[in-house]
Amino acid sequence: MNWLADFFGDPSHWSGPDGIPVRLLEHLEFSAAAFLVAALIAVPLGLFIGHTGRGALVVVVAANAARALPTLGLLVLVVLLAGVGTVLPVLIPLIVLAIPPILVNTYQGVRGVDADLRDAAYGMGLRGRQVLVRTLIPVALPLILLGLRLAAIQVVSTATIAAFVGLGGLGRFIIDGLATKTYADVIGGAVLVAVLALAVQFAFVLLDRVAVSPGVRQSR
Amino acid sequence: MITFEDVTKRYRDGTVAVDDLSLEVPTGAITVFVGPSGCGKTTSLRMINRMIDATSGRITLNGQDVREIDPPTLRRGIGYVIQQAGLFPHRKIVDNVATVPYLLGWSKKKARARAMELLELVGLDPSLAHRYPFQLSGGQQQRVGVARALAADPPVLLMDEPFSAVDPIVRASLQDELLRLQSELRKTIVFVTHDIDEAVKLGDTVAVLRVGGRLAQMAGPATLLTEPADDFVREFLGRDRGIRRLSFISAKEVRLSPPPADLVTDEDGRPLGWRSGGGLAAYGVFNPEADSLRVALDAALLSPNGVAVAVDEEGRVRGVAGRDAIDELLAEYAPPVAGPAAGAQSSRGGPPTVGPPPGAGSSQGAPT
Ligand SMILES: Nc1ncnc2c1ncn2[C@@H]1O[C@H](COP(=O)(O)OP(=O)(O)OP(=O)(O)O)[C@@H](O)[C@H]1O
Ligand SMILES: [Mg+2]
Repeated sequence: MNWLADFFGDPSHWSGPDGIPVRLLEHLEFSAAAFLVAALIAVPLGLFIGHTGRGALVVVVAANAARALPTLGLLVLVVLLAGVGTVLPVLIPLIVLAIPPILVNTYQGVRGVDADLRDAAYGMGLRGRQVLVRTLIPVALPLILLGLRLAAIQVVSTATIAAFVGLGGLGRFIIDGLATKTYADVIGGAVLVAVLALAVQFAFVLLDRVAVSPGVRQSR
Repeated sequence: MITFEDVTKRYRDGTVAVDDLSLEVPTGAITVFVGPSGCGKTTSLRMINRMIDATSGRITLNGQDVREIDPPTLRRGIGYVIQQAGLFPHRKIVDNVATVPYLLGWSKKKARARAMELLELVGLDPSLAHRYPFQLSGGQQQRVGVARALAADPPVLLMDEPFSAVDPIVRASLQDELLRLQSELRKTIVFVTHDIDEAVKLGDTVAVLRVGGRLAQMAGPATLLTEPADDFVREFLGRDRGIRRLSFISAKEVRLSPPPADLVTDEDGRPLGWRSGGGLAAYGVFNPEADSLRVALDAALLSPNGVAVAVDEEGRVRGVAGRDAIDELLAEYAPPVAGPAAGAQSSRGGPPTVGPPPGAGSSQGAPT
C-alpha cells in the first residue's frame, strides 16, 4: 500500500513527458491503433468465412496460432527485421495477438446462427448480403462483441511491451522501475494497466447493452 | 396454378429425393403433400420457391418456369412457413411480420400498420406486437410465422410441417384457424405434413408420396379414404377410414323429424335431455348446417334412444334424426363398387385424381 501511495502520491508522476497522463495516452494510442487494425481485418474476415463457409481452415489455424504464439518473441523478431525506433515492432505483435479472438468468435457467432433462422431469412426473399447484415450479424453480435472485448483486453495488457523497444506507454513504469529497482513504479504501472483493462471491460458491457437486441440477449 | 412436370431431384450424394413427380396444385385451394419421413415432401415444397433447384423437369407458377425468376424476387411473392417458425429473435414481433413489406420497400409506417392487421387476422393480441419472439409461446410463434408469410399478401403459401412442434390441442386450434383464414383469403396453399389426419383435415387435395419421392395417389380426402390406390396408401391412411370419411359428408341432407314429446327443452327451445324414469338422460346434438355426418352419427350414439338432436346456430332444437335417417344417408354415400380399377389408375401414374374444385374451401364439402 505504501508503494501505491508513493507512486500515485508523487506530484511529479502527474505531469511532464514521463508522467501518468502522457504515458496513459501513449498506451491508449498503441492499443487503439492495434485493436482497430485487428478488428478491421478480423471482423470482415470472420463474417465472410462464417457466412460463406469458405476458408474455415484460416480460422482453425488462427485459433491454434493464438495459443502457440510468443508475443515477446514476435516483438524481438519484428525489431530485428524493422529496426528500433518505429512503432511497427509494437503494433505488429499486438495486431497478431488481437486477430485470433476476434476472428474465431465472429466466425463462430455467424456459424452458430440457427440453420432454421438462416433458412427462414432466405425463404422470405432476403439476398445473401441482407441475410448477413439483417439476420446473422444482429444474432451473432454478442459473440462478436465478446471476441472484440477479449482482444481489447489482451491488447491493453500486452501493450506494456512497447517499453521493451524504447517506446512509451504504461510499460515504461514497469520496465524502468525494474531496471532501477523502484518497485513503487513497477506496481503503480501494473495497477494502471489493470485498471485500464477493467475500464475496457466495462466499456464493452455498456456497448453490449446498447448494441445487442434484447431479443437476442434474453434468448441466450 | 403450380405444376410439377417430370420433376426429379437428385442430391449431390446420389440420393434421389423426388423421382419424376408430375402434379398440379390448383389455385385457391389447399394441397397437402403427405407421406412417411424422408419421402421427399420438403424437397418438393422447397423446389417451388427455389430454396432447392430441381435436377431435371420443370416447375411452373402461373405458366412461368420458376427457374426463370431470380430466387429472392420469386420468394418475396410466395409466403413460406417452416416448422420452428424461424422468427428473427432480434426483432420485435411487429417487425418480424413486416419483413417482406420492408424488403419490398414499403414505408415503415405502412409496413407496421399492415403487420398489426395481420396479427389480428391470425388471432393474436396486438399487445404482443412489441414483444420479442422468445417472449411468445410456441403456438403464438407459429401464428406469427403465418402472419409473416401473409404480410405482403402473396397468392401462394408454402407451409412445411408448420404445426408439428406444438401440442395436439394447440395444433387443432391452429388448423381450424388456417381453415378459417383460407375461407377468407383463398390462397394457393401447399402444405407439407407427415400426419395423415392433418392432411385429411386440411387438404382440398391430398398428394400421398412414397419413399423415393414417387406420387402414390392424389385425390380429395374423401376419395382417398374410400378408394386408396394401393396397399401403401391404405396402410398409410390407417384405421377407421370408413368412419373418418363421414367427416366429409355434410349432415345437411339428414332427414329430420319433429322433436318428440319426451325431448325436454328450456323456454328458448334448447335441449335439456330425454325424459327417462324420473330424470333426464343424456343427449347428443349436431348442427345440420355446419356439421358432418360423423358428428350426426356421434350424436345419435350418445343418446340412449339412438336419436340425434338437430340444433341451429343458437342451439335451439330444429328436429331430431334417428339412426334410420342417418342410415339412409350412409347408404347414399356408400363407396362405389368398382374400387380396384379406379385405384389402379392413379398408381400407374395417369392423370392424378383431383379433389373438390377450388373454392370448395373447408373440408366439409361432399365428395365429388
Ligand atoms: N441436402 C441433402 N443432401 C442429401 N440428401 C438429402 C438432403 N436433403 C434431404 N436429403 C434426402 O432426401 C430425401 C428426402 O428428404 P426430405 O427432407 O424432402 O424428406 P421429407 O419427406 O420432408 O421428410 P420429413 O418428413 O422427415 O421431413 C431423404 O432421404 C433425405 O435424407
Ligand atoms: Mg420435411
